[in-house]
Amino acid sequence: MLYREAGQFKTSYAADQQLLPIRQDRIAFFTLLAVVFVIVPLFVSDYWFSALLIPILIFSLAAIGLNILTGYAGQLSLGSAAFMAVGAFSAYNIVLRMPWLPQIVSFLLAGVCAALVGIAFGLPSVRIKGFYLAVATLAAQFFVVWALQKFPWFTNNSSSGVISAQGVTFFGFPIDSPVRNYVFVLCIVTVLALCAKNMARSNTGRQWMAVRDMDVAAEVIGIPLMRTKLQAFAISSFYCGVAGALYAYCYIGTVEPEAFSLDMSFRVLFMIIVGGMGTIMGAFIGATFFTVLPIFLSILIPGIASLFNFNFDKASLTYIEFMIFGALIIFFLIVEPHGLARLWQIGKEKLRIWPFPH
Amino acid sequence: MFTSKKFTGVKAMCAAAIGVAALVTGAPSPSFAQQANEQFVSVLSFRVGPYGPAGVGIFGGFIDYMNYVNVKEGGVGGVKLSWEECETEYAAARGVECYERLKTKSPTKGTMIHPVSTPITYALLDKTLADKVPIVQTGYGRTDTVDGRYFPWAFPLITTYPMQATAIVKFLSQKEKGDLRGKKIAYLYLDSAYGKEPITYLQAEAKVNGFELTTIPITPPGTEQGAQWQQIRQSQADYVIFWGFGVMNASAMRAAQKVGFARDKIIGSWWAGSEEDTVPAGDAAKGYMSAAMNVSGKTPLIADIEKTLYGANPTGNMQDKSKIGGINYNRGVVIGLITVEAIRVAQAKYGKKVMDGEQIRWALEHLDLSDARLKALNATGLMPTMKTSCADHEGSGKIKVQQWDGTKWALVSDWIEGNRQLVRPLLEQSAIDYGKSKGITPRDCAKES
Repeated sequence: MLYREAGQFKTSYAADQQLLPIRQDRIAFFTLLAVVFVIVPLFVSDYWFSALLIPILIFSLAAIGLNILTGYAGQLSLGSAAFMAVGAFSAYNIVLRMPWLPQIVSFLLAGVCAALVGIAFGLPSVRIKGFYLAVATLAAQFFVVWALQKFPWFTNNSSSGVISAQGVTFFGFPIDSPVRNYVFVLCIVTVLALCAKNMARSNTGRQWMAVRDMDVAAEVIGIPLMRTKLQAFAISSFYCGVAGALYAYCYIGTVEPEAFSLDMSFRVLFMIIVGGMGTIMGAFIGATFFTVLPIFLSILIPGIASLFNFNFDKASLTYIEFMIFGALIIFFLIVEPHGLARLWQIGKEKLRIWPFPH
Repeated sequence: MFTSKKFTGVKAMCAAAIGVAALVTGAPSPSFAQQANEQFVSVLSFRVGPYGPAGVGIFGGFIDYMNYVNVKEGGVGGVKLSWEECETEYAAARGVECYERLKTKSPTKGTMIHPVSTPITYALLDKTLADKVPIVQTGYGRTDTVDGRYFPWAFPLITTYPMQATAIVKFLSQKEKGDLRGKKIAYLYLDSAYGKEPITYLQAEAKVNGFELTTIPITPPGTEQGAQWQQIRQSQADYVIFWGFGVMNASAMRAAQKVGFARDKIIGSWWAGSEEDTVPAGDAAKGYMSAAMNVSGKTPLIADIEKTLYGANPTGNMQDKSKIGGINYNRGVVIGLITVEAIRVAQAKYGKKVMDGEQIRWALEHLDLSDARLKALNATGLMPTMKTSCADHEGSGKIKVQQWDGTKWALVSDWIEGNRQLVRPLLEQSAIDYGKSKGITPRDCAKES
């Protein structure tokens, strides 16, 4: 009943191949864009921007990057935080040493630096696969963080190793309040997510998926393996690098190597596993799940405890939140091993024929 | 059959999603109502993770002191203190979220922020500046914030890492009858901002005093230190200055025992000098020394807090009463004492009502915890005397050195002040560089009252 698809005919190949072929989907999507670009900045409080929306967007971008590498191209990588760190420090150094460049260009160049590092650490993927490749990317994680701490040039010889990110300006317009940071990050993430979606639907994406599914067969039909894998590493690291630059400039405000630890690499990997590997939507869902749920639990669990007069101390309450969070991850993966994005997809299929069950 | 199984899963998910969405949209909303006449203090605490044991003591002491003031004196000038804790897990991202969440709970915006964590402090420095909330870094944080002309809202009270490090060097020099020339000192540090900050200052001290400094980093969390201590033993260091935090402290003592390095030649920073560090190490900790900006033990104030809050109707925050009087608990009490004193000083100038950020900031620049004042607060000996001003947001710079005798900490020195002549110019230069990079014009302290 909601999806009245009768009468929606495509009269050109372009119309048939568009991202949102169903009119109701187009309406819903553009309404969503209007809400996030216009309504949210006008009506939502600062807390939501600084603590929820901006980290969701930044981690969605990093998760899209990892999804391209692990979900689409099938190369398991545990080094996403390292590429984010490269992006953050490259952005800092480019803005510091070349202040005449517009900052948005600096962030994109930082992504390019991260892409170059990604290609370097992606070279082992030509020879090794699966868990062994994961270990090689783990080496990237440790090496990058070590290198950033060892060579003071990266931190501009700061005594503490923690540097304050310079303020963000968009062609002279200062991006200093939470609202402006949010809109700035939202614009970048929207454009890059659109690019990723298109790449995934194009020949590039099909090559990645062929390499993921059976790389020998892909090679046989003429897909250049090394080029495809390194291209996946490069593009994935570009996304992670831009996400890292945004993390340092628009979210935390400081750039330090310890923030991009192995823990963050695992978080991004879990985001795409729980969200749905091999989908762009899965990156957003996973990032939302991992950002919102712990905060939601930290508000809910003490509330329930005081409601029922359970006398737990604060530390125990935090451990209970950890346990419930872990249990929820397990629950969602049992219910739908392909991730929450698959649930969304099933939901949409059901909605298209609702109220009929089949 | 296949589709129906999927469908029930989808149904359950939809119901769960709607419930989650409803509760999340309701969740973080400002609730000014009940705190109309209360001084609300944000408590950004960490009680879990590798630094959790320290946090339990520190925040227990902080909350207990505020509770104590409420019970004994009915608040400050008739205005009761209220607070709310938020778990930061010692991570910058969670710290930012907790700060933003608690900021909305009251017009005081949290009165003052005590992150008790250097990474969270760095993340919040710009935000507290923009929101006009004072951020207090008692004995940690960013050193150049001592210069209040460039950092009007940041206060590294009592002392900073470089002052502590140079004070330790002074103590060692006293031990060596004033002559450190030719001695080898190893600086073993946690590879983080906390550990790296004193290095430039220690290198400057090495040049002045003529000793040889080796710097050896430990990657967090630092539970495995065998290689570092082997290196120390091979280099035949005379002393080790240890800048650890959390579970690595006990590991260090055990590793030192394994390689046979005498523990009474190791001096730790105050984040490496609490019962949570020495007790787990057992007899490997005997003889180990550390700096302290507050003493341990049940001084009169601590004893009174214990009597008031843990007597017949216990309302105290500590689950484990044996930790009362420990270094971390006393540190928390000192943090609480500073908070309450700042509110008192602000009320003396602005009247007995709820204080806002600008008033508290003024008070933090005009703190005068002299010997007489400490005596009036029943805190003589608990913390050093402290006097802040516009250009000096530190106020003291003094530490004591204590030694673990196997069961408790015993003081082995009186208050030692760090090397202000060495430290101040370096940090002033750092503040000037910061001001240049951010385009800040320094305040003129002479013009302000």
